[in-house]
Amino acid sequence: MGCGTSVATETQGKRVERDEAVQTPGPALTMKAAVLIQRWYRRYMARLEMRRRYTWNIFQSIEYAGEQDQLQLSSFFSFMLDNFTQLNGNGPDLISQLLDPVVDPWLDREICYSLILVPESYSGPRLSFPLSVSDTNALLAAFKEQQTLHARYVLQLLYETKKLLKQMPNIIHLSTSYTKEITICGDLHGRLDDLLLIFYKNGLPSAETPYVFNGDFVDRGKKSVEVVILLFAYLLLYPDNMHLNRGNHEDYIMNLRYGFTKEVMQKYKTHGQEILQLFQDVFSLLPVATVIDGKILIVHGGISDQTNLDFLSSIERHKVKSALRFPKRSLEQLDIGQSCRLTKRLRLTDGSRPSSSRSHSKNQRTQNQRRCGLSRQDMPFLDSLTSVPLPSPPQNEQEWKQIVDVLWSDPKIQEGCSPNTFRGGGCYFGPDVTQRLLLQHGLQLLIRSHECKQEGYELCHGGQVITIFSASNYYEEGSNRGAYIKVGRELVPRFYQYQVSRTTRKLTLTQRVRAAEGSALRALKEKLFAHRSELMCGFQEYDQNYTGRVSVSEWALVLEAVLRLDLPWRTLRPHLARLAPDGSVEYQSCFEDMGPGIPLPQVTSNLAETLFRYRTDIEIIFNIIDKDHSGLISIEEFRHTWRLFSAHLGVAIDDSAIDDLARSIDFNKDGSIDFTEFLEAFRVVHKLDSKDPHLSEKMSRKKYS
Amino acid sequence: MAESNNQSAETKLSDVHKRIKAAFETFDNAANNTVDVREIGTIIYSLGCFPSQADLHDFIAEVEEDHSGYIHLDRFLPAMTKVLLEHKFPPIPKDLLLQAFEVLDKDNKGYLEPEELTKYMTQEGEPFTQEEMEEMLTGLADHERNVIYYKDVINQLAIDPDM
Repeated sequence: MGCGTSVATETQGKRVERDEAVQTPGPALTMKAAVLIQRWYRRYMARLEMRRRYTWNIFQSIEYAGEQDQLQLSSFFSFMLDNFTQLNGNGPDLISQLLDPVVDPWLDREICYSLILVPESYSGPRLSFPLSVSDTNALLAAFKEQQTLHARYVLQLLYETKKLLKQMPNIIHLSTSYTKEITICGDLHGRLDDLLLIFYKNGLPSAETPYVFNGDFVDRGKKSVEVVILLFAYLLLYPDNMHLNRGNHEDYIMNLRYGFTKEVMQKYKTHGQEILQLFQDVFSLLPVATVIDGKILIVHGGISDQTNLDFLSSIERHKVKSALRFPKRSLEQLDIGQSCRLTKRLRLTDGSRPSSSRSHSKNQRTQNQRRCGLSRQDMPFLDSLTSVPLPSPPQNEQEWKQIVDVLWSDPKIQEGCSPNTFRGGGCYFGPDVTQRLLLQHGLQLLIRSHECKQEGYELCHGGQVITIFSASNYYEEGSNRGAYIKVGRELVPRFYQYQVSRTTRKLTLTQRVRAAEGSALRALKEKLFAHRSELMCGFQEYDQNYTGRVSVSEWALVLEAVLRLDLPWRTLRPHLARLAPDGSVEYQSCFEDMGPGIPLPQVTSNLAETLFRYRTDIEIIFNIIDKDHSGLISIEEFRHTWRLFSAHLGVAIDDSAIDDLARSIDFNKDGSIDFTEFLEAFRVVHKLDSKDPHLSEKMSRKKYS
Repeated sequence: MAESNNQSAETKLSDVHKRIKAAFETFDNAANNTVDVREIGTIIYSLGCFPSQADLHDFIAEVEEDHSGYIHLDRFLPAMTKVLLEHKFPPIPKDLLLQAFEVLDKDNKGYLEPEELTKYMTQEGEPFTQEEMEEMLTGLADHERNVIYYKDVINQLAIDPDM
């Protein structure tokens, strides 16, 4: 069938004609030619769309898989805090200082900023309180020019914000009767460009243009400080027209991992600690929900079948400093052996990693992984055995759950409510849960954020739930649009989409897809690299004769089993591995083009792999230990941390290997380690990366066909 | 895409099924083994086929669930398997494509003006929508001269890795 053959005949005919005389092609021929080109082009575009989709799948899978580690990290923090005192026997508990400050959080901190002098040479904005429009305009202008606000003003701003927030209830009630329309924005994640674009398109916050920002202002993006300062400034300026909901990233433990802490410490070397301390207080004081006209509920994550708005209104929200600090349990309820086993099982079985939105609906597990709160004395494998008094007052578990559910839950397609095991907190809530809650409180719509959506927004549960996400290009340039919602008195939401573009020239879809795809594939390859030994074991099980090859199906099976990422492996194969002439996969080729950053002779490949996998976590822990942010920690501290970490994770690392490592990194033999250098060794380098974009494009294209 | 020639017909069939399912699942947003009928073209193209719009209409008529706007995997899988095993919508050879462009390039310039291409693509054959046309021009036009050097374009777009 098909136009193919007939065109061939006709164009062949045409060629003959051409030799004789130039004639304009007849209409039938023109039509056939057009159809051919259209077919070809449409197919090309469809393939591009396919690539865009699987690129999206990769990013989402990896992101969700990464958040699973959150659970692990936070249980480690609890563990450390509860057990690890006096590292070197002299100083105060370093960890608890940061994780659970002894200072009364309500202590008036006015003193902390009024004593800070702002030098004459400082050319940034000088704020005067109470703030006026000229202050917020000055901030906007300054941030557009890449300036940094002086620490003194940051602290003062935070102090004033804290005072204001203390007066606010947990749930804010708004009305559309006094305003034209309310604008609702989702996650910003430190993307200043997106915030500025929204202000540009929609107008600055004012009495005529009220806003609700639905959490996750910080982390991941590079301008979290600027974003959150602007939001707080407008909050102070227009407290009746600017409303901020807390997100799961307004949480100091999340900040440690996802970049906000680092950003603050980098921008504010002298006063960073104090600033972070105040942020901690302010974040925990943010309201957790907003209701418009008693009909539209806005929360960051979602709800659970236990969510009760009346109860939620009554609790002391500031007590939940972090969702990741599990409520304490009484000693009788604890059994250290069981906790250890639980923690190990958590890591090893790991049955709770549905990675894409498709498969979480398929694999709902109900493991009670969160019951890992530990509090004990006398750990046998610690060097210093000390008894630890319970550090902080017990949090009411129900109150904690109300808040965590509202900040961490995700909607799902099936009915029912199940624990959100891979986020480590909150629930998956089905349409029946939504329906019940809306009915119970006389509501008609739930607006939430928390999940990135390609179009910036998405409806589900028959239109009763809207997800709104405002950070465009979240994964990579071109990965998704951002959006915001406007509602007026008739309470019908209208959506506005946008996409920030870094280049002035409009990128073609091809270029955008290529860029996003490249980035996704690199992230994916790093995953492969980080699990190299497990993967090799898996491959070798199918390759008993050591041929170095397995079939494509077997290759896909191993990847799926080890990485637990629900991705179209066959489709991705050409980018990841080479085929032998007989069509089987040469599995070693998966790891060929990657290597460690700076080679350290003492580092065996196993150690390298482990360190690479836990690189982020290790970095965070070092940052905590390095109180004065000098970049150096003592060898002793290094060793202790390492031993604890590996014991906690059940990773068998030879003590002597670590000692060797520590000694070799101590380059100037003064007993301290520059851990930034140490970590550099475990950054993965993609050997085929090249500065020349065309070269790397060509190379990635031709890679393994 | 060369699978082993030594594979039995059974393994080959099972691999074909897996490919089809993987492509299908990418668009199965509700995780219930159905896709919107409007995505079928994309899915078929991504499996390496080059149907025309007319071909697509015929295919959809076969597999759609009574004009519901949805296509179920149960009907898609056998129909698509047949298409793949019989090589029903074969790719367009490069030289054929070149000739097609040359037909449109009546003055033999070696390139097409955007207005020319627009006229053909939106008025002839199976016309493009305005959106499709805009994307094509942005994607294919040479940035400086703002014309479409079709020989280069054919080569450029052909190197894309096959999925």
